[in-house]
Amino acid sequence: MNRQALAGLKVAEFAAYAAGPVTGKHLADFGATVVHIESGGRPDGFRVQYPPFAGNIPGVNRSGTFAVCNNNKYDITIDLKAPGGIDLAKEVVAWADVVIENFTPGTMDRLGLGYKELSRINPGLVMLSTCNQGADGPHASHPGFGSQLTSLSGFTYLTGFPDGPLSLLFGPYIDFIGVGYGVIAVLAALDHRRRTGEGQYIDLAQYENGLQFLGPIILEYNANGRVWERAGNRCDYAAPHGVYPCQGEDRWCALSVFSDEEWQKLRVLMGNPVWAADAKFDTLLGRKQHEDELDAKMAFWTAQYTPEELMAKAQDAGLRAGAVNRIRDVYSDPQYAHRNIWRGLEHAEMGIFHFQGPPFELSETPALIDRPSPLLGEHNEEFFCEIMGMSKERFQGLVERKVIA
Amino acid sequence: MASQGQQGLLEGYRVLDLTDELGWLTGKIMGDLGADVIKVEKPGGDPGRNIGPFYHDIPHPEKSLTWWTYNNNKRGITLDITVPSGRDLFLRLAEKADFIIEGFPPGYLEEIGLGYGKLHQLNPGLILVSITPFGLSGPYSNYRASDLEIMAASGLLTLFGSPDRPPVRVAVPQSYMWAGMSAAMGALIANYYRGVSGRGQHVDLSGQASCLWAVTPAQANWDVLEKDLTRDGEFITGRSTTGAKMRAIYPCRDGYINFIVYGGVAGRATNKALVAWMQEDNMAPQFLLDKVWDTFNIATVTQEEIDEIEKPIAAFLATKTKAEFFENAIKRRMLGYPVATAADIVTDPQLKARSFWQEIEHPELGVKITYPGGFGKFSGAPCGIRRRAPLIGEHNQEVYREELGLSSAELVRLKESGVI
Repeated sequence: MNRQALAGLKVAEFAAYAAGPVTGKHLADFGATVVHIESGGRPDGFRVQYPPFAGNIPGVNRSGTFAVCNNNKYDITIDLKAPGGIDLAKEVVAWADVVIENFTPGTMDRLGLGYKELSRINPGLVMLSTCNQGADGPHASHPGFGSQLTSLSGFTYLTGFPDGPLSLLFGPYIDFIGVGYGVIAVLAALDHRRRTGEGQYIDLAQYENGLQFLGPIILEYNANGRVWERAGNRCDYAAPHGVYPCQGEDRWCALSVFSDEEWQKLRVLMGNPVWAADAKFDTLLGRKQHEDELDAKMAFWTAQYTPEELMAKAQDAGLRAGAVNRIRDVYSDPQYAHRNIWRGLEHAEMGIFHFQGPPFELSETPALIDRPSPLLGEHNEEFFCEIMGMSKERFQGLVERKVIA
Repeated sequence: MASQGQQGLLEGYRVLDLTDELGWLTGKIMGDLGADVIKVEKPGGDPGRNIGPFYHDIPHPEKSLTWWTYNNNKRGITLDITVPSGRDLFLRLAEKADFIIEGFPPGYLEEIGLGYGKLHQLNPGLILVSITPFGLSGPYSNYRASDLEIMAASGLLTLFGSPDRPPVRVAVPQSYMWAGMSAAMGALIANYYRGVSGRGQHVDLSGQASCLWAVTPAQANWDVLEKDLTRDGEFITGRSTTGAKMRAIYPCRDGYINFIVYGGVAGRATNKALVAWMQEDNMAPQFLLDKVWDTFNIATVTQEEIDEIEKPIAAFLATKTKAEFFENAIKRRMLGYPVATAADIVTDPQLKARSFWQEIEHPELGVKITYPGGFGKFSGAPCGIRRRAPLIGEHNQEVYREELGLSSAELVRLKESGVI
């Protein structure tokens, strides 16, 4: 077996919730040594504020949301407010190649852990700051969560049926966009460092990351003066193009037809019903013009099948179709199973938890998910003494003085 | 931050981009970081150039705003890789490439003699990135899917929309974005390994799995509690152990506001600040003024309590405009934002102050158009748009003549035979 892709890379996270930690998690999945730094007095917010908790009983080591974001990491606790706490944090930074932080802008500077100071200690350091609005500008220090930033960045306005209410994108959607760009930025900076020896400070605003996913709405407004509106499940150049009801309670299947030829295939698949023979449905323009009627007729046909049956049947006929997987279904989805997305590992307080693998497979250096999310402060001794080479005496002293706490 | 003239972080890398809309973003991101990305289109151009909207509503392959958005920072050549003459040229390009990104159906490159084995033999350091809806192998690998089907199968769609309507997608395809961004992550992890070992590899990206991260923390709710979360429209769910849900979208005078009653430090401060603001307008009922926010715990709140709190908040927010709310949210350090439209976004003072927008010249149209700029700011390198998307075959001369050394007579022959 090859060494892991990121073996030897050292990452220190002064981070909590999603955007910072999941960036580190992806690096850890591919072999980086990642340490998640918390404090016993103020743990990662996902440990305390964010259900689900195992057995529905809150507890710092019982949060499923924390678990999903933090497998394969070491967890240490440093009280940054204790005398010597900041100095200890700096020693961890001196050890690291990469620092990831997602505090409100200015926080690291106030703690004496800003890039200027840290790059003095560690000149080749790559430091990623990821936050809502970016490190500067009039709104930089405004607090915010991803579940609301998706509204400021345009996603909410674009989601829903034109005659119905808007919809939230469920969770901190935009945080995970920030994660992707964070991983990309860190790896690009590390490559640059390999070639030039230079470190890097990276300032990511999740707001600006999110807008990368909505570029066309900006060009449409700037070039044509039009505001992009929500459109249900419709698409300008395809019909039918929708999510149709199926057998079962609240079960659905997506299906779309992008050409007249595909429409003819669909007619055959439906058993050539009389309504579909109407010439008005033969062309895209005709199907778009009569789309309400088309969707209603389609729904009558799709309702005979389960989503999985319909998906298989339509795909076998060469058509695009996709069952709407419920969340429970993603754990049994055969394609996810084939890709080994879920890796069940025993967690000391939660029992078996299914950690999530990456969406990409690397032929030579696959991800290795082999350690569950850590308990709070679980690796204090192992990390400081074995990985950083601190003497046991000094470690005990720091514990007694509650610097490691 | 970085000044003009500095080199991008990925300067010096050559990327060949043979993707369709599912994978456009990967090359765009690498281009933002300074890589030399060459979009290889089939003669006549990428069919994705026909996706609207179009500049001034003129449907034309050189005027697709969607294509422009995701194909800037790329040079463009045309090449028919299915015929021996084209295949030969492609292999000459592949020999010198660092990354090839492709989005053909699984097995297609092998079929035409350009599979990973062949490319690896030619160029052992090459990183081949394959971007497909479901991945290169497995029971769904040959299934076809557009954005809607990928979103559905990923698990994300079940979380979007109102309970009384079908699940609903975002009006701008999102699975293509997740796929393209995630593929760039995989490519750069492989690149790190190449930097250490000198060895290339094959990155196999699944569009379906790319979207799965965005369901977080719904998957954890199933894994830990067997609680199957589903769409709840304007409400946020899964935040309280009692199952209470909170309203997130409130109508206001000229649109909508995203406001959520949260707990935690920021949430409690927000609730206090909002009640103080309501009081200034005499719209804060006594029970809200009396509320002890410091002990308010969102993780254990009941639906009854939440409903009671939200009612006067809704009445208050209905009297405000989006801009008034935004101004006050900033000033009073409250969580919450307007539900912005494109028109709101382009005037946001924060984005302006951070010089996010970039004016890009389209000389063939004689106009400049403002684009979203780079995804991040780097202390020692630029990140953003350096060139508009290419016209069809715009860089054929540059690439084939100047780099591969073909003569103009050879170029003419290739054009006449439909290879380029």
